[in-house]
Amino acid sequence: MGKKKTLVCALAVVTALTAAGCGGGGTASTETASAPADPAKVSGTITVLTHRTDLVKDGSMEAYAAEFAKTYPKVKVKFEGLTDYEGEVKIRMNTENYGDVLMIPGAVAKNDYPKFFAPLGTTDELSGTYRFSDKTDVSGKVYGIAQFGTANGFIYNKSVWEKAGVTEWPKTPQEFLGALKAIKDRTDATPYYTNFKDGWPLTQWSANIGSVTCDTEANNNLASAVSPWKQGSELNVIDTLLHDTVKGGLIEKDPSTTNWEESKNLLAKGTIGTMMLGSWSITQMQAAAVTAGGSADDIGFMPFPVQKDGKFCATLTSDYQQAVNIHSEHKEASRAWIDWFTAKSGYAAKEGAVPAVKADPMPATLKSFVDNDVTFTERSETKTGTVNAIDNAAEIGLAKQDYRQKLVDIARGAQKGSLQDYFAELDKKWDEAAKTAGS
Amino acid sequence: MTETTDAVTARTATAGRRAAPGPPNRPGRRSAPRRLLPRITPWLFLLVPLALLVTFTYVPVANMVYYSFTDWDGVSPDRNFTGVDNYTQIFTRPELFRVFFVSFYYLAASVFQIAVALYFATVLSFDLRFRNLFKGILFFPYLINGVAIGFVFLYFFQDGGTLDSVLGWFGAGTDHAWLGDPASANTSLAGVSVWRFTGLNFVLFLGAIQSIPGELYEAAQLDGASRWQQFRHIIAPSIKPVVSLSIILAISGSLSVFEIPYIMTGGATGTSTFVIQTVKLAFQFNKTGLASAAAVVLLLIILLITWIQRRLVPDEKVDLV
Repeated sequence: MGKKKTLVCALAVVTALTAAGCGGGGTASTETASAPADPAKVSGTITVLTHRTDLVKDGSMEAYAAEFAKTYPKVKVKFEGLTDYEGEVKIRMNTENYGDVLMIPGAVAKNDYPKFFAPLGTTDELSGTYRFSDKTDVSGKVYGIAQFGTANGFIYNKSVWEKAGVTEWPKTPQEFLGALKAIKDRTDATPYYTNFKDGWPLTQWSANIGSVTCDTEANNNLASAVSPWKQGSELNVIDTLLHDTVKGGLIEKDPSTTNWEESKNLLAKGTIGTMMLGSWSITQMQAAAVTAGGSADDIGFMPFPVQKDGKFCATLTSDYQQAVNIHSEHKEASRAWIDWFTAKSGYAAKEGAVPAVKADPMPATLKSFVDNDVTFTERSETKTGTVNAIDNAAEIGLAKQDYRQKLVDIARGAQKGSLQDYFAELDKKWDEAAKTAGS
Repeated sequence: MTETTDAVTARTATAGRRAAPGPPNRPGRRSAPRRLLPRITPWLFLLVPLALLVTFTYVPVANMVYYSFTDWDGVSPDRNFTGVDNYTQIFTRPELFRVFFVSFYYLAASVFQIAVALYFATVLSFDLRFRNLFKGILFFPYLINGVAIGFVFLYFFQDGGTLDSVLGWFGAGTDHAWLGDPASANTSLAGVSVWRFTGLNFVLFLGAIQSIPGELYEAAQLDGASRWQQFRHIIAPSIKPVVSLSIILAISGSLSVFEIPYIMTGGATGTSTFVIQTVKLAFQFNKTGLASAAAVVLLLIILLITWIQRRLVPDEKVDLV
């Protein structure tokens, strides 16, 4: 028995050490993945990792690849749709085998980008063409190009709001709460649906950081011990509005068993009045409205109910950023695909999203924003790396559901505490974390 | 390399011996390598299971222990040794341990669960009509995948869902959000866990009870023992080891509850358990090092509790006849 134990232990230790040794990959070349000068010459088979399994399955991606092949006849594009994109890619990134083109997973720290992805060019070069390029900027070089972006605000059912007698977009949080109250009193609809159980829709509130003060630097301002929830700050206004909505009983009866897929139908049918989501949801809601026998015109999108100098602001935030694997053997072809897919494929327009290419027009889904002169605030993301590091160290999760679920619980009395105490606690955590993280 | 060659030789040798009919080997005919054979044969049989055991149990555990001393974020190629910093954090941050209170709901539930399982196992070990049908019904929930159970019970507990309508039939129309506040949410989740695991305990108990020789019951009946006396003096003592095993499983299970609350509430509304918290540390906040340390601590706690329990209730030999 003694012998066996030693053997097993020795094996375990040896394997552990080798496994650990393999984990730390060497530094690969930092050669820029530049666009090919002559489309006819570049060749190779590239693999694109994507979270859009739906588009891979229904053949849309294949159709894009076929279109791409007309310009780049020698490049073959293969797609790998991953259902649990974040989880799977994160693990695969411990090896060299994570496709040629991929969406940058949220788990990768910004400062690590140069270790995983090939640079696509300097920020000066790319920021003229593409929006959101500063999100992946590490010391002057860009590592990812956004697929498209999203404008943020509330999605709502127009007929429900009209039935309640509200025809104008509320201009202050109080007006917004008043409008929801009117919906509760005058219609059978649930004024606001939290999607508490699925949770991630609660994270959409954070995307509005910047809508309150119309400040493009709003997110960067969080990169130090600034007590983000202090009176009058972006997060204070945003989270107070959520808190008051819940506290006023303006949400669904049982938040703990909400259902995202079902919520689309409920909003389309007018059982729900309002939800906080990005503009990406408009096409999905319109489709649901048509299926439910209504019309796409029933779905409206409104900016966050705060005005600055008489004008609304809506933040523009980036969707997944496409990057080239630093270990890829076909960097030119990969870059060609990213450029083509972002600028020429028509993908963003089809999804009704804000195009990443600055010169392209806003999509039809945001017509009401354009017509009503809503200012689009393209949030600067230069300090996102630091902000995320502080956020993780503090274990708050601005883009995670947990802290807002607790906020909702406090507001509806399911957990003890007051909003002010909770804000103070969050501020304390943030400020303490800022001392250690994100230098 | 030599080991493999040896293995191949040995295997052919064994095969050859098995194939060859005739008188058993006489000691005098054995050559030197053949004398080695009996000694390595058990290892040959163990080769595959040991390889699997090491690859899928000990290597991951060793890796986890290694990560627990680093500040690794789960992706970055760089990781720094931070010594026992992660462990210090776990023991100096009371909120990380507070989630263990949730385990008491599951612990209380498992007492109930063991009692119910024991009752049914005893009743169904006697001759009853539809005995096998009831056995099947009781065991069935354990066969269903935990994720599926989570989804089914989400509908069960939702506003106007199955539970509310059933209560409605009896005139007890409730307007209660079952997963809406911490106390009722944890009770509901613990209830789901009872529903799921009673079958397992039941089968363990039933197996133990059925291994009791039938003559004992006959003798007891001749002496005029009632059903309760039979349970008290024959069944209970003879299944004691299985009951104590069940208790160990129940305690370690209560400390490491995961899938039911994770799927049904995601740890919201005060239903977070230690494992859910660990998963969130690792995959939401990218603190793989800290999460590994938490996992190691949980492992140690469970080992410790099991050890204490074995000391308090030593394994007694059951000798009925």
